[in-house]
Amino acid sequence: MGSGTHDRNAGLAMNVVGGSGGAPVPQEGYVLEARGLTKRYGSLLANKDVQFGVRRGEIVALLGENGAGKTTLMNMLFGMTAPDSGSVLIDGEAIRLQSPRDALALGIGMVHQHFMLVPPFTVAENIALGVEPSRRGMLDLGDLEAQITALGRRFGIDIDPRAFVKDLSVGQQQRVEIIKALYRGARVMILDEPTAVLTPQEADDLFKVLRGLAHEGTGIVFISHKLREVLDLAHRIVVMRRGAVAGEVLPRDASPESLASLMVGRDVLLRVEKAKSVPGKPMIVVRDLVVNDDRRVRAVDGVSLSVRTGEIVGVAGVQGNGQTELVEAITGLRTTQSGSFHLSDRDLTRATVRDRTDAGLAHIPEDRQRHGLVLPFTVEQNMILNRYYRAPFSRWLVMQAKAMRDQARDLVGRFDVRPANPEAPVGSLSGGNKQKVIIARELSRDVRALVAAQPTRGVDVGSIEFIHGALIAARDAGAAVLLVSAELDELLAVSDRIMVMFRGRIVGAVDSATASREDIGLMMAGGVSPEVESVTR
Amino acid sequence: MTRGRFAFIIGCIGLLIGGAEVLRSPDVSASIVAASMLATMLRFATPLTLGALAGLLCERSGVANIAIEGMMLSAAFGAFLGAAATKNLLIGVLAGMAVGVAMATLHAWLSVTLRVDQIVSGTVINIMAAGITGFLSTEVVRRQALVGAGLLPALRIPVLADLPVVGPVFQQQPIAWVALLLVPITHLVIFHTPWGLRLRSVGELPRAAHAAGINVIRTRYTAVMIGGAIAGIGGAYFTLESVPAFEPLMTNGRGFIALAALIFGGWTPAGAWAASLLFGAANALHINAQQFGIPVPAQIVGMFPYLLTIVILAGVIGRVSPPAAVGTPYEAD
Repeated sequence: MGSGTHDRNAGLAMNVVGGSGGAPVPQEGYVLEARGLTKRYGSLLANKDVQFGVRRGEIVALLGENGAGKTTLMNMLFGMTAPDSGSVLIDGEAIRLQSPRDALALGIGMVHQHFMLVPPFTVAENIALGVEPSRRGMLDLGDLEAQITALGRRFGIDIDPRAFVKDLSVGQQQRVEIIKALYRGARVMILDEPTAVLTPQEADDLFKVLRGLAHEGTGIVFISHKLREVLDLAHRIVVMRRGAVAGEVLPRDASPESLASLMVGRDVLLRVEKAKSVPGKPMIVVRDLVVNDDRRVRAVDGVSLSVRTGEIVGVAGVQGNGQTELVEAITGLRTTQSGSFHLSDRDLTRATVRDRTDAGLAHIPEDRQRHGLVLPFTVEQNMILNRYYRAPFSRWLVMQAKAMRDQARDLVGRFDVRPANPEAPVGSLSGGNKQKVIIARELSRDVRALVAAQPTRGVDVGSIEFIHGALIAARDAGAAVLLVSAELDELLAVSDRIMVMFRGRIVGAVDSATASREDIGLMMAGGVSPEVESVTR
Repeated sequence: MTRGRFAFIIGCIGLLIGGAEVLRSPDVSASIVAASMLATMLRFATPLTLGALAGLLCERSGVANIAIEGMMLSAAFGAFLGAAATKNLLIGVLAGMAVGVAMATLHAWLSVTLRVDQIVSGTVINIMAAGITGFLSTEVVRRQALVGAGLLPALRIPVLADLPVVGPVFQQQPIAWVALLLVPITHLVIFHTPWGLRLRSVGELPRAAHAAGINVIRTRYTAVMIGGAIAGIGGAYFTLESVPAFEPLMTNGRGFIALAALIFGGWTPAGAWAASLLFGAANALHINAQQFGIPVPAQIVGMFPYLLTIVILAGVIGRVSPPAAVGTPYEAD
């Protein structure tokens, strides 16, 4: 902690912000509290005088967009980052957290967004790390393994302590993180975007576990940007915006709309406005496609689908069920083992990426940092990556700077890229604006088909609105759109039909106007589809 | 390290010794060939084993170490100087270790604290070691006419050392014995102690180690410095066990071969040791080919382990991945 301003005598009266009614949990002091925390990274004020607290047995949701300062706040509460000023209190006493070790010792546990588990280690070894039980200097994990099983039984978490973490599913790894915190005696548990990687069913199971923990007295801080689950789970909701607490509400006084506008600072359209689709002839035609993953294991196992002009087909599924490989095969980033991909009636199964681009296929890649942009290049350079080789950008083997600049000036305005500076390195833009640069490049030409993979992942609410609008505009202009997303809400709002992928196969298809979240969730988890409708076509 | 890989390496060693037996000229007796192959293999494997273990500690903590060569070379010089100045061989070994630790500390400071690219840091150390030891050996050793303090005497295990053929195995010099002992010790420390678990976590996913309350920087320093001490013993081998003198560049690339042995052995002590023995066996065949009357050119035989390394690295008998964080400096934000 940089400064010495952690005075214990600061009045207790200042600890409630936003002033709403009493919480549904016993009113007592905070177990963990942040008082006036401020953190600056260079010119960015990441946290500004933040007041925040959680009581015993209380589930507090910390809601905010990417970059609102949630993670910075949590890192300070967990001792990973030192605040510039302000203090952290446990049971009302100011403490100095110099490392996560201090936080752990004081009963603060954290489940990070990117799990802190060592893949080649076993579950028990991971949980032991830092507090290793030993006998005569040698590791001795026998008792620990028994304790893990016992803790798991108590909270309904089934886990094999001898399993290697690299063999576990994402949902199971998250359970290991929770057990790890419990084993270390966490009285407060902080979870950073825990549902981002889960199926709806897994998320429900997680909520059960969290409610059970709260019931036994653990204080829980739940970070999220998903409005629905926050309203469902939390006892109290704290909303952050631009590094400061924007407000504090109780779920019964809040609606998704009111939370969204509190998050963004203006009214937000949560529902996507779109006309009914008018599908034409099949454009993206995939037949019996088989694709292997990096380990040469079959990831796409005989997928057939067709997307017609003027419609958006969504692909739902838990990460790692072959969606990535499907997209990469269609866009030419990965070799196809067998089967075919046609754009209208042209066979592009073995075509190069440039041939596909020239044939009118656009791609918004899943990993925009790796496949979408050259980060050290400027915005204007990134905007010509799919056309630099032709006029007017290249003449007689010489790049035409003026044409590039003119195009970028136009696109930056039309696609609302901020800052509107064609010469800025694209790596310095926020996630949402990086994505807008990609969309500007991909859609500012004659596009017959668009493949969009996780287009709004890690993007702020304002940009999500814009991106959804762009997808629908592409559809209405007659493009066939294949949208792969892990966000069920997004698929339901944007697509016209939804297909569900499970273990490399399409296990069901539904009309998004009539589909229910539950049915899709069930299919995502491998359950039998209630009705594989005629929409598969 | 899979059992299959270990068996594969041991099989290759058997192949080399068997090959020597098959190809030897009828004038040379089978037992002489076997005994001489074993003795040369063990001798040559000693600095490789120590170098590989040094690299193992370093790389398991997430710090790439191509500086084993430089550490061993400067330690060889330090050991010679220490022994020559005090006429005490043990002090020579300790001096070699101290120099190894000093070079390792420099490597840690550059790559862990200053976060210089670890390959660049290693290269700098190698070049610096060659330059400084070359300079000092002319300036100090020649000018002062320093004479070495002799070689460490072999330690024999009674009875066993008198056995035919395998006798040389039980009659080795102290540093060779230390190398043999360090293999199981390193294995125990790395895989069966709390510190070893921390070390490996720091080399795999330092963020997770940090979040578990482990001091990543300190762990890396400790590992690199212990590695330096082991490389120092390996360096002392050259001037206190092999020849009683220092010559410029006398490690002659053995630090890099140790690194190959480390990779070949899948970053495990047993594997690194077996791979060191294999390189030793190939070298034994290379050196003795003429004496055994083997009709194959020695250079061809000498290529064998390197071809094998390429085959192994290409993933023919299963891939082994290095510690995931090797080469990446850790920066807590």
